[in-house]
Amino acid sequence: MSPLNPSQLDAEALYATLLAAVKAGLAGISDVAIVGIHSGGAWLAERLAADLGLQDRLGVLDVSFYRDDYAKKGLPAEVKPTHIGFNVDAATILLVDDVLFTGRTTRAALNELFDYGRPARIMLAALVDRGGRQLPVAADFVAAHVAVQPGQALVLKRDGDGKFTLTIEHA
Amino acid sequence: MLNPQLNKHGELQHLLTTEGLPKAVINHILDTASSFVSISDREVKKVPLMRGKSVFNLFFENSTRTRTTFEIASKRLSADVINLNIQASSTSKGESLLDTIDNLSAMHADMFVVRHSQSGAPYLIAKHLMETGQHHVHVVNAGDGRHAHPTQGLLDMYTIRHYKKDFTNLRVAIVGDILHSRVARSDIHALTTLGVPEVRAIGPHTLLPGGLEQLGVRTFTNMDEGLKDVDVIIMLRLQNERMSGALLPSAGEYFKSYGLTPERLALAKPDAIVMHPGPMNRGVEIDSAVADGPQAVILPQVTFGIAVRMAVMSILAGTQG
Amino acid sequence: MNSVIKNLHIKNGHLIDPANGIDGKQDLYIVDGKVASVGSAPAGFSAGQTIDATGMIVAPGLVDLSARLREPGFEYKATLQSEMQAAMQGGVTSLVCPPDTDPVLDEPGLVEMLKHRAKGLNQAHVHPLGALTVGLKGKALTEMAELTESGCIGFAQAEEPIEDTTVLLRAMQYAKTFGYTVWLRPQDAHIGRGGVAHSGPLASRLGLSGVPVMSETIALHTIFELMRASGARVHLCRISSAAALELIRAAKKEGLPVTCDVGAHHVHLTDADINFFDSNARLTPPFRSQRDREAIRAGLMDGTVDAICSDHTPVDDDEKLLPFAEASPGATGLELLLSLALKWSEDHGAGLSRAVSRITADAARVAGLDAGTLSVGAVADVCVFDPAARWVVQASALASQGKHTPFLGYELAGQVQATIVAGHVAFQRNAR
Repeated sequence: MSPLNPSQLDAEALYATLLAAVKAGLAGISDVAIVGIHSGGAWLAERLAADLGLQDRLGVLDVSFYRDDYAKKGLPAEVKPTHIGFNVDAATILLVDDVLFTGRTTRAALNELFDYGRPARIMLAALVDRGGRQLPVAADFVAAHVAVQPGQALVLKRDGDGKFTLTIEHA
Repeated sequence: MLNPQLNKHGELQHLLTTEGLPKAVINHILDTASSFVSISDREVKKVPLMRGKSVFNLFFENSTRTRTTFEIASKRLSADVINLNIQASSTSKGESLLDTIDNLSAMHADMFVVRHSQSGAPYLIAKHLMETGQHHVHVVNAGDGRHAHPTQGLLDMYTIRHYKKDFTNLRVAIVGDILHSRVARSDIHALTTLGVPEVRAIGPHTLLPGGLEQLGVRTFTNMDEGLKDVDVIIMLRLQNERMSGALLPSAGEYFKSYGLTPERLALAKPDAIVMHPGPMNRGVEIDSAVADGPQAVILPQVTFGIAVRMAVMSILAGTQG
Repeated sequence: MNSVIKNLHIKNGHLIDPANGIDGKQDLYIVDGKVASVGSAPAGFSAGQTIDATGMIVAPGLVDLSARLREPGFEYKATLQSEMQAAMQGGVTSLVCPPDTDPVLDEPGLVEMLKHRAKGLNQAHVHPLGALTVGLKGKALTEMAELTESGCIGFAQAEEPIEDTTVLLRAMQYAKTFGYTVWLRPQDAHIGRGGVAHSGPLASRLGLSGVPVMSETIALHTIFELMRASGARVHLCRISSAAALELIRAAKKEGLPVTCDVGAHHVHLTDADINFFDSNARLTPPFRSQRDREAIRAGLMDGTVDAICSDHTPVDDDEKLLPFAEASPGATGLELLLSLALKWSEDHGAGLSRAVSRITADAARVAGLDAGTLSVGAVADVCVFDPAARWVVQASALASQGKHTPFLGYELAGQVQATIVAGHVAFQRNAR
């Protein structure tokens, strides 16, 4: 699948694609829990949970305490609350993030989840995969592959009505 | 002299006092602390932030409680903790304070949590670390003389924020031996920074220091008057030495005029909260019925204290000198 | 050891001799160690040595009413050698030292030895104060007549207030008998003892135990009552508060034989200069509020305060690198006295002549010394200084072993170029 041009991205359309893929992929698996990584992943997870009827199996993660760049950058200015309202032990978890890039955020999220218990299975859903992996991490569900210039970031936004947009910003 | 709490980029390098801490910094610490509160409810009560770092608890003044909470906070951040109990030293006996620090720094200490009986001792340490180029070593003041106990001040603020949400329409009363209290001073600075419109100090004249008005505090020697319509009551511990120092005649008489009884508590707002830094002297400053009653939030203070200390330590440890 | 003292001609300088009302360009001629003439050369004068004081002030050698030389007993803090050298570099040609040495100066033998050692250095004239009570313990009187014979110019208790009022009364009565002056630091024996900072909002904020102003004023009331009863002459040392100065002003108006001094640091600093527990600002008496500092400056202007002294107190590093309350009080001062007096005249319009007077003629008058003037026939103790030269207060610039002062790192104006003692050039900064 050839990479899309970032200027052509329609986040809502991508979400629809992701939802369809996830629905298909989770068919037949019971009691899935959805955990979104702040902030973009958390918004996506909220929508997915609503669309899949899994609102009471929804969690949200802030990976600030598990990042590997703490020694260089310290704690980020804003640490959002982590809330896992279900039992992680033996759970099947769909981890959701907005942009999959180096894979380090996923690694941090996995470590954090394992401090809550021993899940049976974790799958990863990302709205966009921009390549550039620095760790052996792969997503199970992706809506699009997008090439992004180095030094730039792809940012998911959510407006007052809950509508998603993707923009390019300086990293 | 530059404010020794901040590094040249204006970031928090040490936590020495709540005085002069910008509101944004206090809020950042409280917000970070709220993320740490939930960690106590998980299976693995640790985060890896300070893994491989060494925290030295340097207590020149005895305190099992405070030392224990700092130890728990450090361990929950995955740090290694070394406890040193050094009785208050005078210059003629044993190693000087700065020699002790140099020796411990040579053992790759990353953070010093210091309690000392002399006001200003942690400043001496922070200044020394700065002057010897040890910018990666951080100092947390766990209580210096009568001057400051910033982590207690911050956890008190966290507690008030948890129960009352908005600081800007509160009346807060601090009751007891304010003259000798580092907790009172740290609370007063934080409360005024966070915009509490009325801070009251209640106690007999012998226990009220001069200059409180300049700090923005209203003083009361009549507790019934002072507690009227108050939203938060912070009770301070009365130490035995005050009786022998001709400051008070007896604990019994103190309780009569300044003890927090259910009757006095009723003068405050019906949803007022009662706080205490601990340990409590039941029957001296506080009646058991109040201490064990529904308005007391003394035990939650302890839980919040661990989260606040984790927040402070992880913010400091992440600051590049 | 005494070489022939050359005739000395100090030329082209601006002479300030407040005692004789001189404030203008005048040459100074010194013969046989005494001032021979001012303005024009005495008959038959030929200079053995000439100092060109162009651009300089030529003033009487400074008279310092309190300088601790730390000998005997505290040689680890400083020695006679280093401190006497510091006096020379500070332009101080006469100094008074308090009796709180170890052992205390309560024995004639100790006083004689100190005077002998000082004399041997051929530098400043040293005038010791004898202890008022044995061991400064406030119980038994010392042999004041014997001590005066050994060289004591007065009697003091240094920092040790006498608890028993009767003893203080007796001491003053005894001193009055012989016409001795009693030098007292007004401080109550109990209130404020153990305090380390001025009682006020700052000390409350910093959690430091305070010394209230009433510690000074209660003691003053007692001292004045005892003066009325005994008729003794008293010099009050290191006044720190506005309230105290009010009382002293009234006492002088009443006609009580009282004089007082302030420490040079206290003319400029307040308790705010403690900053973040800077132990260099730990002095006794403590720095007080702005209002008190203003009163000190006003008192210096109107003469309520007779003199500025350095209160030179060398403290070694180990005793300052401690938490504020544990640090030893004291600051180095011999080499700052001139600059700090000049700073007062500069910043507050006191006038150079008045500033010089407070550290020369007025101080000498208080101590009953024949010094502090350039009168014809006076012993030629002279301080030649450059009022415009600026220098940074740092350890390397100080000859004293006391390297601690709240002015560390500050740039000050006024630098001694030459110090002459009894006609002998004892110190010269750049040999001309």
